[in-house]
Amino acid sequence: MSPRFRTPFEALFPARARRLPAPPVLGAVAAEARALRVRLAGRTVLSEVDLAVAAGEVLALVGPNGSGKSTLLAALAGDLPAESGEVRVDGRPAGAWTAAELALRRAVLPQSAELSFPFAVEEVVRMGRAPWAGTAVAEDDDRAVRAAMAAAEVAGFAGRSFAALSGGERARVALARVLAQRAALLLLDEPTAALDLRHQELVLRVCRERAAAGDAVVVVLHDLGLAGAYADRVAVLHEGRIAAEGPPGRVFDPELLSRVYSQPVEVIDHPRTGEPLVIPRR
Amino acid sequence: MSLLKHPGTATAPPGAATAEGGAHPRRRRTALLTAGLTAALLCTALLSAGVGAYDIPLGDVLGSVLHHLGLGGAELDRVGESVLWDVRLPRVALALLVGASLGCAGALMQGVFGNPLAEPGVIGISMGSAVGAVASIALGMSFLGNWTITVCAFVAGLVTVLLVYALSRSGGRAEVVTLILTGIAMNAFAGALVGLGVFLADNAQVTQITFWQLGSLAQATWPKVLAVLPCALLGLAAAPLYGRKLDLLALGERPARHLGVDVERLRLTLVLVVALLTAAAVAVSGVITFVGLLVPHVLRMAAGPGHRFLVPGSALGGALVLVAADLAARTAAQPAELPLGVLTALLGSPFFFVLLRRTRRRQGGWA
Repeated sequence: MSPRFRTPFEALFPARARRLPAPPVLGAVAAEARALRVRLAGRTVLSEVDLAVAAGEVLALVGPNGSGKSTLLAALAGDLPAESGEVRVDGRPAGAWTAAELALRRAVLPQSAELSFPFAVEEVVRMGRAPWAGTAVAEDDDRAVRAAMAAAEVAGFAGRSFAALSGGERARVALARVLAQRAALLLLDEPTAALDLRHQELVLRVCRERAAAGDAVVVVLHDLGLAGAYADRVAVLHEGRIAAEGPPGRVFDPELLSRVYSQPVEVIDHPRTGEPLVIPRR
Repeated sequence: MSLLKHPGTATAPPGAATAEGGAHPRRRRTALLTAGLTAALLCTALLSAGVGAYDIPLGDVLGSVLHHLGLGGAELDRVGESVLWDVRLPRVALALLVGASLGCAGALMQGVFGNPLAEPGVIGISMGSAVGAVASIALGMSFLGNWTITVCAFVAGLVTVLLVYALSRSGGRAEVVTLILTGIAMNAFAGALVGLGVFLADNAQVTQITFWQLGSLAQATWPKVLAVLPCALLGLAAAPLYGRKLDLLALGERPARHLGVDVERLRLTLVLVVALLTAAAVAVSGVITFVGLLVPHVLRMAAGPGHRFLVPGSALGGALVLVAADLAARTAAQPAELPLGVLTALLGSPFFFVLLRRTRRRQGGWA
C-alpha cells in the first residue's frame, strides 16, 4: 500500500481522524432503529419502527413488496435521513459518523449490482477493501479478497470482466465485495434474488458463518423458507411497520402471514428438522 | 484461490487462464503504456518543433533547447532561433497543455458521469465555454486584461458543467440517451448564443469568433501558454489523486458512499477540475472535440478501466494526440493550414463509430 496522497481539497479541509472500530462484542447492539419514521417523496414509508440487531445474529427482514424492507435496510445503512426517531450504528447516531467511518463499520449489498466500466471481477472485489486504505488493516487486503472470493465462489472467474457475467454471477461478485469489506455489520438487500438453489443456500450459509464469527447480519429475504431455516430472528414488515418480530418459529403464524401477505398460507413443521415451512394455500 | 496474485504457485483452472484482465498483467501493461506514450510524446514534440515551412533538423532543435537550458548545445542562426522559439515551441507547448487538459478532462468526466460517452465536446461543455469566450470578444470586454477571455470561458464552462450535470443524471448515473440529448440541447443553445455573438460583433471580432468555433493553435504565443498554464497544471495535478475514488464511483453513488466516499464532495471537486481543464483549453484553442472522448476510450481498451492509470494516462495520450494532430494540421495541406478542431473531428468521429460498435458488442450494451 503506497502512502495515501492528500488532495488539495483535503489539505485545505482536513477530515477528522478516522475512528477505527473496536472488535465486536457478542450480543452487543450493532445497529438499531428507534421510533424511526422515514418519508420518501412525500409518502411515509416507515413509521414507529423499533428494531435492533446484535453482533452474532442473523436478522431477516421479510414482508410483501413495498412494505418497507429495503427502506429500513437503507436507513440502517445510514443512507436515508429519519423524519423522526433515529438510527444508531455502533453506538452512535448514523449521521454522526463520516462516510469513511461508516464504511469501516457496515457493508451494504445493494439489490442490483451495477458497474459503469468493465472492471475485472478481482478488481471489483478489491474495491471492498477501499475503506481500510491507509490503516494497518490494509495489510490483510490480499487475504481478505481471496477469502471473500472463495466464500462467494467467484474465484474461478476472477480475471473475467464483470460486464461479461450472468446476473447470478454478478450478484455473487457483489457479495464477495461486501464480504471483503470485513465490516462488523452486514446489510444485504435480497442477496438471493438472482441466484439458483445451490447459491441461495451458499449465501445464507455465509451469513451464518459471519454471524458465528461475531458479525451482525441483516438480510432482506422474500423466501420465507430460507428465513425460517437460517435466521435467528425474523421481522415481518407490513405497510411500513413491524407486524411481528422474533424467532421464526414464533413469528411464522399462519394468521399473521395470511393477513400481511393478503394470501392464505399454511405453516407446517418440517418432518425431519422441525423448521417452520410456509406454504401458500392453493 | 488466487491464481492472479501468485501465478507461479497456483494451477489455473480451465477458463481462468484466458482471462484478459487481472491485477498483475494490467500493472505491467500500464507501465509499458506509460513509457511508450511518454517516449512517443517526446519524439512527436521534437519532430513538430523541427518540421514546417522552415525546416530545422532534429539535432539543431535539440541543440538549441539544450543551449537555452544551459546544458551545452549550440544556438541556431537568427531566423532559426526566431522560428523555433517564437513560433514552433510555444505552439508545441500549447498543443501539449491543451491536449493533456482535454484528455484528462474526458477521463474525469466519463468517471464522474459513470458513462463512457461523456466528453466535454460531445455534451456541450466546450461550446458552453466558447460562449463565454465569444461573449467577451463580441462585447469587447477587457476587465481582466490578458485573462478576460480565459476567465469568461472558465465561468461559462463551469455553469455549463453544472447545468449538464443537473440535467442528465438520475440515480447516480447518466443514461446514454439522456446524456446525448442533453448534449444536443446544450450544443444547440450554445450555438445560438455564439450566433448571437457573431451577429453583435464587428468584422475583426467575427474572425476571432470563427477561430474559436473551428479550433486552432495557430495563434500560439508564450503569453497564451502562460495564461493557460496555471489552470492546466492545477487541474492536471489534482486529477490523478481521485483515481481510486472514481473506481468506486463506477459501482454507483450509494455503493461508493457505502465504501466511504463522500460522493457529493467528490463530484463537486471533480466537476470544478473538469471545468478548469476544459475552460483553460477552450479559451486558448477553441473547440477541439473528440480528444477527450477517444483517448480515454482507447486507453481503457488497452489497459482496463482503472482510473489510477486512466486519468494521468489520458493526459499523456491527449497531449500526444494533439501534438501529432497539430503537426498534421500544419503540414498536411502546406502552405495552407487546416483548422485543428476540424481535423480532430474529421479523424475522430469515424474512429469513434468503430470503437462504439466494437465496445458495445463486447460488453453487450452501455447501461
